[in-house]
Amino acid sequence: MEKIKSLADLKKMQGDLRAKMELREKSNHPDSLIQVKVAMATCGIASGAKEVMEVFVEEFSKRNIEAVVTQTGCMGYCYAEPTVEITKPGCDPVTFGYVDVKKASKLIDKYILNNELVDGIIPVNYASIDKK
Amino acid sequence: MKDLSMHIMDIFQNSVSASASLITLDIVEDTHDNLLRLDFTDNGKGMTIEMAKKVTDPFFTTRKTRNVGLGLPLLKQNAERTGGFFKLESEEGKGTKVTAQFVRDHLDRPVFGDIPGAILLTVIANPDIVFTYSHKKDEKKYYFSTLEVKEALGDVPLNDPLVYHYLHEMIAENLNEIGVSLSS
Repeated sequence: MEKIKSLADLKKMQGDLRAKMELREKSNHPDSLIQVKVAMATCGIASGAKEVMEVFVEEFSKRNIEAVVTQTGCMGYCYAEPTVEITKPGCDPVTFGYVDVKKASKLIDKYILNNELVDGIIPVNYASIDKK
Repeated sequence: MKDLSMHIMDIFQNSVSASASLITLDIVEDTHDNLLRLDFTDNGKGMTIEMAKKVTDPFFTTRKTRNVGLGLPLLKQNAERTGGFFKLESEEGKGTKVTAQFVRDHLDRPVFGDIPGAILLTVIANPDIVFTYSHKKDEKKYYFSTLEVKEALGDVPLNDPLVYHYLHEMIAENLNEIGVSLSS
C-alpha cells in the first residue's frame, strides 16, 4: 500500500475506507455500538492508558469491528489504572482495572467477542451487583 | 510521564474538561538557540486569577474523585528541570494558554514520544472539537488541522478506528520530512 503523506492521499483512501465500513454489519444506531472508554487523566496516562487505547483502536480497525473508542476522566480508581469501561449493546457498563496492552487484547477476545468476563473488574455500584 | 506525548495528552484533557471547541498545540524547535517550546491554547471556560495561581500546586484539583492534581505540576517540573520555564495565562470565559519551554538538548528533557498518537487519540475521543497542531523545526514547518482532515475524509467519520492508522502515518511522515525525530 502506498504511504499516506498528504490530504490528497487521504482523499484517495476515502473510497477504500467507505468500502471497508460497508462490509460491517449494518447497525447504525449509536446505542447498538460497542463503547470503550479509556480513563485518560494524569493517573491513567502515567500508567500507560495511551498504549491501551491504541490497542483498542488498532485491533478494532484490523478486525473491522464497529465500535467507538473514547476517553473519560479519572473515576477515583487511580490505584487500578489504566482502567477501561466497556459497554456492550444491551448490557450494563463493566469497568476493568489494571489493563495493560496484553489485557486489552484479552478483553477484546474474551469479553467483547465472546462475552466471557476477565479478571480485574471494578464493582462500580454494589447495588446493581446485589440485584443480579 | 515518560515522554512529551504523554504530557500533551494530559494537557489536552484539561482543555476538553474546560469545554473548549478549539484546541491548538504549537511546537517550536530551535536548534540554534537550543530551545524547545510547547504552546497549548484553548477557548474553554478559562480560570479565575486565583485559580490560575493555584493550578501548579499538586494538592489543588477541581475534581472530586481525588485530592491531587498532578498534570500541570509535572509538566512545570519537567520544563524547569531542564533550565526552561512554565507559564500559564488564563482568562475566565475566554480560554487558557499553557507554555512549557525546555532547553532542547538538556539531559533531562523528555523525548517527544508518539506525538501523532497523542494528538489523534484525543481527536478520535472528541470528534466535535477542532484540533490544530503545528510543528516548526528551525525554518521548516508542518501544520495539521482536523478541519482539513474532515474535508478530505468527506462522509467517513474522523473517529472511526479505520481512519486512525492513516492519519498516524500522515503526521509521522510529515514530521519525518521536516527533520523531527520522535525518539529524541
